[in-house]
Amino acid sequence: MNAVTLQLTIIVGYLLIALAIGLVAYRLTERTAEDFYLASRTLGTVVLLFTTFATLLSAFTFFAGPNIAYAQGPEWILVMGLMDGIIFAILWYVIGYKQWLLGQQYGYVTLGEMLGDRFGSRWLRGLVAGISLVWLFPYVMLQQVGAGTALEALTDGAVSYELGAGLITIFMILYVVAAGMRGVAWTDTLQGAFMLVTTWVALLWVLATVGGPSAATATLASSPDTAGFLSLGSSYYTPQWMLSTAVTIGFGVAMFPQVNQRFFAAGSKAVLKRSLALWPILCVLLFVPSFMLGAWAAGLEVAIPEGANVLPLILDAYTPTWFAALIIAGAMAAMMSSSDSMLLSGSSYFTRDLYRPFIDRGLSDSREGLLARGGVAIFATAAFVASLFQPATLFELGNAAFSGFAQLALPVLLALYWRKITRAGITTGILASQGFYMASLFVAAVPGSYAGWSAGLVGMGLGLLVTVVVSLVTSPAADEQRAIYFDGLGAD
Amino acid sequence: MHRNELGFWIAVAVVLAGLTVPWFLWGSATVVAGLPVWLWWHVGWMGLASVVFWVFAQRAWGIGIESTGDDGSSDGRVGGPGRTRETHSGGDSS
Repeated sequence: MNAVTLQLTIIVGYLLIALAIGLVAYRLTERTAEDFYLASRTLGTVVLLFTTFATLLSAFTFFAGPNIAYAQGPEWILVMGLMDGIIFAILWYVIGYKQWLLGQQYGYVTLGEMLGDRFGSRWLRGLVAGISLVWLFPYVMLQQVGAGTALEALTDGAVSYELGAGLITIFMILYVVAAGMRGVAWTDTLQGAFMLVTTWVALLWVLATVGGPSAATATLASSPDTAGFLSLGSSYYTPQWMLSTAVTIGFGVAMFPQVNQRFFAAGSKAVLKRSLALWPILCVLLFVPSFMLGAWAAGLEVAIPEGANVLPLILDAYTPTWFAALIIAGAMAAMMSSSDSMLLSGSSYFTRDLYRPFIDRGLSDSREGLLARGGVAIFATAAFVASLFQPATLFELGNAAFSGFAQLALPVLLALYWRKITRAGITTGILASQGFYMASLFVAAVPGSYAGWSAGLVGMGLGLLVTVVVSLVTSPAADEQRAIYFDGLGAD
Repeated sequence: MHRNELGFWIAVAVVLAGLTVPWFLWGSATVVAGLPVWLWWHVGWMGLASVVFWVFAQRAWGIGIESTGDDGSSDGRVGGPGRTRETHSGGDSS
């Protein structure tokens, strides 16, 4: 069997396993919208932990992360550890646990629904959903671009970019439409475990070949280009940049629809407690091997052409073909486990927070389930078509998605914890920070950096300020339910 | 009592986040067992974070979020009496 056939066999085999899991989950799926979106809020510790993990970590962890470590040094591990391992974990409690309780009590399925109820405003509900979809769509497209590019590179062009991205899209539609959240969560569990195991095997394999970590690090220290990698900080990794990145992405992740929606899905309080305690360890277990491989690659004699991904090339050089293909399958896994969840959440935001309140208020539960499945197919297909043309604007939006979502985080936090917040306050706060951040991307007159701090972080501060000030000078609308997030919560 | 405990856990969260990156090792290039010493700190710190989260989950879970019978004093400081729960609508009604 030649190399390309072998690689394709592994990847297609992997896709079929994911599809099979989806079909098993399909047999358990009820025909309600809540079951489709949230698996009826029944996820256990292992599944919740791994589905959140696999959803959070996209093709980015596999490709862009090692690329950054290769070019700039391993400090990226610290940035990722802070944003995902600590900041996100704390938000998982502060935002996530409160959302979970509210979801249990009032049956919320989306963030917009939860806010719309509190502030008595379907416009706010639609605004949150609309903003989320603006950032989500290009991000899904980027994942497809990543998958198509990776498959094309792996097979030396035997599988074209269009075919690769199309193949992945069809598989995702099939199992997401069939099995909803339960299928997605189960395949995520497989994908997350797979990522973790293959990354460690890859690390050990490469280290065994080059003579252990000390030898690999010594080659870094001996080259003038990379000697600076070992000392903490550089002109790239400044404290401002590290903190801006960690804070905006950490907060942004919590507002990403597919992650935020998982806040509602835990089966019990005990599941949340166990997940929180295991979370930082899980993060560090993936980040250290994955990004150290990237950093060590800079000292090894592996030719990396400009713009190519480091990880596949270093594996090509040090491990057999079948193993390199496994890792690419792992990267596909990472990409798919993020995209499938995004499709599901994007579709739920659309049907629940835009279609139902604004187009058909009398939508029945079973009709909503049907509509949501159609939404998944349309969303995925549209993102695939966009990935064929790759418009520059969408690229920019996709790359900025984390900071875009981060703009929602502080107004939402205030809504959850501050009783004096008003509908006018949160609405203007969200609009102001989104407007500012969009302007920093597309309007040349608005800079992207302020004394080393990113526009994303400055926008978050602006949103906080506007929300507080406007809330203080306005009085709540008559149909706001100001006590709903506070009274009787968790007192069972 | 309740307030002090909340303050304590907020401080713990700030310290956990604040020292995930060992700022005091800025510029250090010391290598121990093949990895920079600042990376070892980070690995150990994440392990510590797991332990801290576990202790938090056992001892103080629900703090700042769940309303209990006795902390009505701190909750009652804003909003005032007479708040009533209305029907759940997800904003559909407006």
